Amino acid sequence: MTEPAASGPHGGERAPAIEAVDVSRTYQLDGVSVAALRGVSLTVRPGDYVALVGPSGSGKSTLMHLLGGLDRPTGGRLVIGGRDVNALAPPEMATLRNETIGFVFQAFHLLPRTSAVENVALPLVYRGVSARQRRERAAAMLGRVGLGHRLDHRPNQMSGGEQQRVAIARALVTEPTVLLADEPTGNLDSVTGAAVLELLEQLNEESGVALVMVTHDQEVAARAHRRITMRDGVVVADSARPPGADTDPHSAHDRPPSVDHGRPATLVPAPSAEPRSASGSGPGHPSGGSGGAAGATGRLPREAERPQADPREARDAAVGERAAERPGGTT
Amino acid sequence: MRVAEAWRVALDALRANRLRSALTMLGVIIGVASVVLLVAIGTGTKQKVEQQVEGLGSNLLLVVPGRIEVGNAPVVSPLTLKDVDAVNRVVGDPDRVAVTVASGATARAGGRSDFTTVQGVLETTPAVFTRSLARGRYLTGADVDTSRRVAVLGDSVARALFPDRDPLGQQVALAGVRFRVIGVFAPLGQSLGVDRDDEVHVPVTAAQRLWGTQRIDGIAVKAPDRERIDELGERIVAELNRRHPDTEFSAVTQQQILGVLGDILGVLTGVLAAIAGISLLVGGVGVSNIMLVSVRERTREIGLRKAVGARPRDIGVQFLLEAVLLTTIGGVTGMALGVGTALLVDALSPIPAAITWWSLALAFGVSAVVGIVFGVVPAQRAGRLDPVVALRTE
Repeated sequence: MTEPAASGPHGGERAPAIEAVDVSRTYQLDGVSVAALRGVSLTVRPGDYVALVGPSGSGKSTLMHLLGGLDRPTGGRLVIGGRDVNALAPPEMATLRNETIGFVFQAFHLLPRTSAVENVALPLVYRGVSARQRRERAAAMLGRVGLGHRLDHRPNQMSGGEQQRVAIARALVTEPTVLLADEPTGNLDSVTGAAVLELLEQLNEESGVALVMVTHDQEVAARAHRRITMRDGVVVADSARPPGADTDPHSAHDRPPSVDHGRPATLVPAPSAEPRSASGSGPGHPSGGSGGAAGATGRLPREAERPQADPREARDAAVGERAAERPGGTT
Repeated sequence: MRVAEAWRVALDALRANRLRSALTMLGVIIGVASVVLLVAIGTGTKQKVEQQVEGLGSNLLLVVPGRIEVGNAPVVSPLTLKDVDAVNRVVGDPDRVAVTVASGATARAGGRSDFTTVQGVLETTPAVFTRSLARGRYLTGADVDTSRRVAVLGDSVARALFPDRDPLGQQVALAGVRFRVIGVFAPLGQSLGVDRDDEVHVPVTAAQRLWGTQRIDGIAVKAPDRERIDELGERIVAELNRRHPDTEFSAVTQQQILGVLGDILGVLTGVLAAIAGISLLVGGVGVSNIMLVSVRERTREIGLRKAVGARPRDIGVQFLLEAVLLTTIGGVTGMALGVGTALLVDALSPIPAAITWWSLALAFGVSAVVGIVFGVVPAQRAGRLDPVVALRTE
């Protein structure tokens, strides 16, 4: 088991937010078992800032889903917020997610036709918070992400950067212990992406929420205090970097693989490119009506916030099962 | 999730797809409207028929030869006026006894003709059957005793033969024999599609002479009170059986007629409602179909809601409420449409329609149940969606 590194001001002192011990996840596809995760152990502590990197099909997304309580491991032990997920029924898992996890997705996943403040308030709905309190807390949270002036705007009236800020506010409105961000800047241009990243870091700093981020971007990954590299369903490197030491992003804090069961990597099919997701054309896409709508409100975003439609950035939402469907797909 | 919140979300979802929601509701609207309308027509018809049967006069006892059963061939009546005298003795009051001998005949007057029913009757008919005259007078005992050729016309016959002049005092030829018009009935209207004003009353003695017969078809008795009506019927039947051992006789009361008619019309109403119910069922299938589409369309939304803490039940309730909202809004609209159409039909056509509260409650209840029944499968499907798969759906 990995010795958790001192990865922040509070690292190592508090109880772990998430603890995974030899976690594996195997999918059954047409009677064939495909291992997406093959024995991953790691600990996320409050205040951590972790980047999860690795090629497509390495199991990052699968691990992310497990850490967020969206999925269950088929092997090993996974404890989120002090609760063993294997002992929880689906409704309890839902409550656990609501109370301890905040999600930020590459494609924002905002509800269309729903105002920013209502989008942010959504998790509180499932907590039974009264409508007035929900609005107050959501508005306060939107203020913290710099959108206090756009409470009643709808996603299609906002730029991509603004939409992702709304999504971040939604993830944090419940005051979770862990914020899981899956390629949070993947659909944004570099300037906007950097601003969103800064916001995430600032929130991580201020509130002490642990930030776990899946990313393809080496520069983004370099800013994290800790970097976990995955390949073929196992963690091949788990480094810890002291906060603020971003002089050398590729510094030699990389450790040897924390978990190595000596299995040959060839068991996992070749990673394949995920086709462009709906995030590029869905209702949340900012390049459609955002400019006009923003112009109508007289609030043209200063930076041209445009999503990057870079095929090289193809998300690795393809977990093992997807990859298995198209072995040998071009990357 | 709180219930009020769930309603709001469901309502928002319906609003987001206005046209689709409206078209889906249309199936339910048509179903509920037809249930309400057809039940209203059935009930209205039943009420009107009952009203008319009761309008025959209360405590009425009809004595006819043969057994009153569906499918029995009519029996040639052996009754004559002598039997009427015997019945009079049983009843003890000749004013309470009426008779009829009826036959179809062509009535002619002034170049016009009308095929109608000629009834040979006693002067007691208006009292026994509660009939009233619009003009002139009815038959008298003297008319009957002397077989006088006088006639009282039903409203329809009077209009057909004398459209532009007063029929009183005019001659009318019944089966070629001339009668003098002495009165015109007040109109009764239609009953079960039969024009009750299409008849001519003449003295029974004159009718018998006209057709060359001694027979009478049936005897009607107005009983002094309701309690003794059955007993009186039995005594009359016993007397007639004694006089005509070869023929069976039956005495039917108004209540029995009402009961039989009520049963028939009740079955009819039920059949109509069932046919309309099938269309409601089809509407429900439409709701189910659209809800499945809706679940598929909003898979990402479901995934997101689950990610932020919606339990399977929250999602299920949300979609179930959506289905129930579709059918209940459709149900209320359908009720309004059904009631409106029923009122129009009642006012503008000869078909009677009566709105009953139970049919409205039933239609609304059924539409709500349809929403639940046909919403459950899509709701369960939504609730069970794997959030990981749902979030990845494009």
